[in-house]
Amino acid sequence: MFKILKYSFADLSRSRWTYVYTGFYALLTMSLFLLSSDLSKVIISLMNVVLVLVPLIAVIFGVMYYYNSREFTELLLAQPIKRTDIFLGQFLGVAGSLAGSLLIGVGVPFLFYGILGSAEIGNYLILLLTGVCLSIIFSGLAFFIALKNENRIKGFGLAILLWLGFAVIYDGLLLLLLAVFSDYPLEKVALGASLLNPIDLSRILILLKLDISALMGFTGAVFEKFLGSNLGMVLAILSLMVWVGIPVLGIKFTSQRKDF
Amino acid sequence: MKYITTLIFTLLLVVSSNETSFAGTIVVCKDCAIKKISTAVEKAIAGDLILIKKGHYFETNILIDKPLTLQGENWPILDGNEDEEILVIVADNVTIRGLQIQNVGTSYLKDRAGIRLRKAKNFSITNNRLYNTFFGIYLEHVKNGIIENNEVIGKAVEESSSGNAIHLWYCKNIEVKGNTVKNHRDGIYLEFVDSSTIQRNFSEGNLRYGLHFMFSNFDNYSENTFKDNGAGVAVMFSKKIDMWENDFVHNWGKASFGLLLKEIYDAEIRHNNFSFNTVGIFVEGSTRVNYHHNNFKQNGWAIKISGGCLDNTIETNNFLSNTFDISLSSSTNNNTFNGNYWSSYSGYDLNRDGRGDVPYRPVKLFNYVVNETPEAMVLLRSLFVDIINFSEKVSPIFTPEKVIDERPNMKKFDF
Repeated sequence: MFKILKYSFADLSRSRWTYVYTGFYALLTMSLFLLSSDLSKVIISLMNVVLVLVPLIAVIFGVMYYYNSREFTELLLAQPIKRTDIFLGQFLGVAGSLAGSLLIGVGVPFLFYGILGSAEIGNYLILLLTGVCLSIIFSGLAFFIALKNENRIKGFGLAILLWLGFAVIYDGLLLLLLAVFSDYPLEKVALGASLLNPIDLSRILILLKLDISALMGFTGAVFEKFLGSNLGMVLAILSLMVWVGIPVLGIKFTSQRKDF
Repeated sequence: MKYITTLIFTLLLVVSSNETSFAGTIVVCKDCAIKKISTAVEKAIAGDLILIKKGHYFETNILIDKPLTLQGENWPILDGNEDEEILVIVADNVTIRGLQIQNVGTSYLKDRAGIRLRKAKNFSITNNRLYNTFFGIYLEHVKNGIIENNEVIGKAVEESSSGNAIHLWYCKNIEVKGNTVKNHRDGIYLEFVDSSTIQRNFSEGNLRYGLHFMFSNFDNYSENTFKDNGAGVAVMFSKKIDMWENDFVHNWGKASFGLLLKEIYDAEIRHNNFSFNTVGIFVEGSTRVNYHHNNFKQNGWAIKISGGCLDNTIETNNFLSNTFDISLSSSTNNNTFNGNYWSSYSGYDLNRDGRGDVPYRPVKLFNYVVNETPEAMVLLRSLFVDIINFSEKVSPIFTPEKVIDERPNMKKFDF
C-alpha cells in the first residue's frame, strides 16, 4: 500500500495541478497579508475560503484523479496486489498531496509573518486542521463516488452535487426544519445535525473562535454546555476524525466487491 | 447678676471659638492614651484631625457627628468582624482618608456599609481600601462631596445576598473618581442622584451592573472601564446623561450587555469603546439619544434596538467585525443611521467623496431569522446564509426597509 501511495504521491507532486493549487493558496494568503498585516483578520478571511473551496477542490481533484489513472489502476489490478491497498494507496496519495498543498500554500506565508510567537497560533492551527481534514474527507468521498460509477459524467455530477449538498443544501434544509418546528426546543437537533456534516463541523470550530460573543447570547442549557466549555471543541474535533474514517471504510468495501 | 451672666457667656464663646480655630490632633494607636477610634471621636471637637496609626481595630458603629478628619497612617485596619457597619457619618465637612475598612457582615434586613454618610454635606472620602464590606460606601441625602481613589472589593456570590460597592441615594453634586470597584452586586449605584460626575473608575466582576443609574438626571460619566460585569452600565429612567470615552469590554452571557438603556431621554453617547460584548448596547424605550464617534468591535450584536425607540441618531461610528451590526425588533423605525463605517460594507465610491454610493443595510436577513428561531445560530457564516443574505440585500422583503445608512463612510474612522 505504501508503495502505491508513494507512486501516486510522486505522480501528483509532478502534476501541474498540484502546483497551481499550491500557488493559488500561497497567492491568496500573500495578497490577504498585503491588504492587512493583522494576523487574525487574515485567518478569518482564510477560514471562509477554506470552508467553501477546500471541499470543492478536493472533490473535483479526487474524481479527476481516479478517472485519469484508470489505465494505471487496471495495470496494477493485474498484479498480485491486494485491491484495498491499490485504492487506499491512491486515495491517500491524493489526500496527502491536497493536504500538503494547503499546508505549504497557507502555512508557510504565516511563518514569514511570525505566527509562531503570536497569540493567534491556536486559530492558525484550527485553520490548518480543518483544512487538512476537509481535504481528506472530501477527496475520500470523491474516490468513493468514482469507484461506484463507471460513467465519468455521472461521477463528476454526483461529486459536485455532493459538495453542493454539504456546503449549501444541507444548511438550507436544516434552517427550514428549524423554522417549521420553531415551537419545539430544537437546540439538540440543531447541534446534532451540524455534527453530521463535516463542513458544518469545521464551521462550528471556527465559530467557537470568532463569534463566541454572539453565541454566548443564546439562552439554552445544551448550547451553553456545548459552547461554553471545551466540550464543543473536543466533540467537534472527534466527529471530524470519525468523518475522516467514513470514506476510507467506504473505499475499502466497494473496492473489494467491485467487478472490473 | 445679669452682668455676670453676660460675662461668663462671652468668656465661654471666646473659649469655644479658640478651640475651633486651633484644631487639635488626636492620635489613636494601641500604645497611646486613646486606644479606640470611638473614644477619639467622642473627645474630639469640631475640626480636629484624628490620626489613626497602624493597627487592627475591632470597632463598629463609630458615629461621627461633628466635622472631623480621620486619617490613617500606614493603613490601619478597621474591622467589623462580620457584624455591624463601621463608620457612620452624620455631620458636614468630614474627611476620611487612608483607612482600610473590612469585614462588614451580610444582612438581609439592613443595608450595612463600610462607610455610611447620612444627611451630610461637603465630605471627602479618598484613598481608602474597603474589603468585604457588604455595601462599601453608602450615601443617603448627601450633597457636594468627592469619593476618590478608593478600592472597594467585595466577595459577592449571588445578587440577593450582596451589596453595592458605592451606593448613592438622593444625592447631588457628587464626584466619584478613580475608584476601583470589584465583585459586588453593582459597582456604582445611583438612585435619585443629580448633577454628579463619575470619572476614571475601574469596575470589574460585578454580578449585576458595573454602573447603574436609576431616576438620575443631568449626570455624566467618562473614561471609565467596565469589564466582565453582568452588564457594563445600565441607565434606566433617567434624563440628560452624558457618556464619553468609556471602555465596555467583555461582558459575556445570556443577558449581558455593554450598555443597557431603558426609558432614557436626551442622552449623549460618544467616543466610547465597545468590544467583545454579547450585546454592545441594548436599547429599550429611549428617545433623542445621540450615538457618535463610538467604536463597536467584535461584539455579538453591536446595537440591539427593542421597541419604543424614537428619534435616535447613530452617526460617525465604527462597526468593526461584529457578528450582527444592528438588530431591530420592530419593523418601523424612525431612528437615523448616517455616515458610519461598517466593516462588512461592500459598496463603492465612484465620486471619491469618501462616502459610499450604495446605501448599507445593517440589518441582515439572518438577523431576522435568528430573532425568530434562535437555534438557527448554528448556521452562522454558512454559505447558504450568505446566499440568502445576498438575495435579501438585492431585494429587501423581510428586513425593515428604513433601517439604512444612505452614505456609509468608506474608511475606518480613527478615534
